[in-house]
Amino acid sequence: MATIQKKAEEGITEELVLVHAAKAGDLEAFSQLVTRYDRNIFRIAQHITHNDEDAQDVVQDAFLKAYTNLAQFQENSKFYTWLVRIAVNEALMKLRKRRNDRTVSLDEDVETEEGSMPREVADWSPNPEQLYGQSELGDILKKTIQGLSPGFRTVFVLRDVEGLSTEETAEMLDLSVPAVKSRLLRARLQLRERLSRYFKAKQDGDGNQ
Amino acid sequence: MKCNDFLKELSDYLDGRITEDLKTELDEHLHWCHECHVVMNTTKKTIEIYRDNQIYELPTGLRTRLHDEIMKKCRGQQAKKDA
Repeated sequence: MATIQKKAEEGITEELVLVHAAKAGDLEAFSQLVTRYDRNIFRIAQHITHNDEDAQDVVQDAFLKAYTNLAQFQENSKFYTWLVRIAVNEALMKLRKRRNDRTVSLDEDVETEEGSMPREVADWSPNPEQLYGQSELGDILKKTIQGLSPGFRTVFVLRDVEGLSTEETAEMLDLSVPAVKSRLLRARLQLRERLSRYFKAKQDGDGNQ
Repeated sequence: MKCNDFLKELSDYLDGRITEDLKTELDEHLHWCHECHVVMNTTKKTIEIYRDNQIYELPTGLRTRLHDEIMKKCRGQQAKKDA
């Protein structure tokens, strides 16, 4: 545990050194920051936009915006937190454009409890990952998460896919901690409900109670 | 404890962010409520399956291309600033 903590602290210090160098105009340092986080930013952008082209644009635009505005980065949060904030906003903008809908926001659809109450209460097969091939499973997971509203899937991705804390997620999305928690719970329950259709144990009779 | 009360705490229960007392109460509910047990179990699997199967990995070729593109644009910015 102490080692993990120490490693995390070293990571932050290293990040700060790179940020300082990049602020002073060292492009190589910024390039290292890109290498450090490009995969994470790509995943987050893909999850929000569900579009390859848009996600690639988001990665480029987010890093470029970060570079351009680096002087404004106050360093009272982690660089990564600040970067994700930029990327999430860029991704939501792409989504609005594609849907031709200005109302797409992190607040969309959050008032409704519908779809969060468990209806499917059959247990899953012991190992759902063996029911489907890798690419088929990937398609199921993509299709399922696409069905969530952007607000829900963004919280789920940051917390459960990227493994960030509730507090970090709240800061990145400009939400309160209780708002993040409530969205996370509902996102998890909605995904569970939808995945149950594919993964429920077949030998369980009708499984509904 | 009712199923609804259990459900409200489900996320914190799965994340291990609850007090010992509350955990005891929730475990007791799980002990006799089969439905909540299934919901807890399958929600846990939902999280694990998304965590273990990264559905959007950045392919190496694309990664290099994006990186080059980003750095080219940054250099352009820098040149403008320096000019």
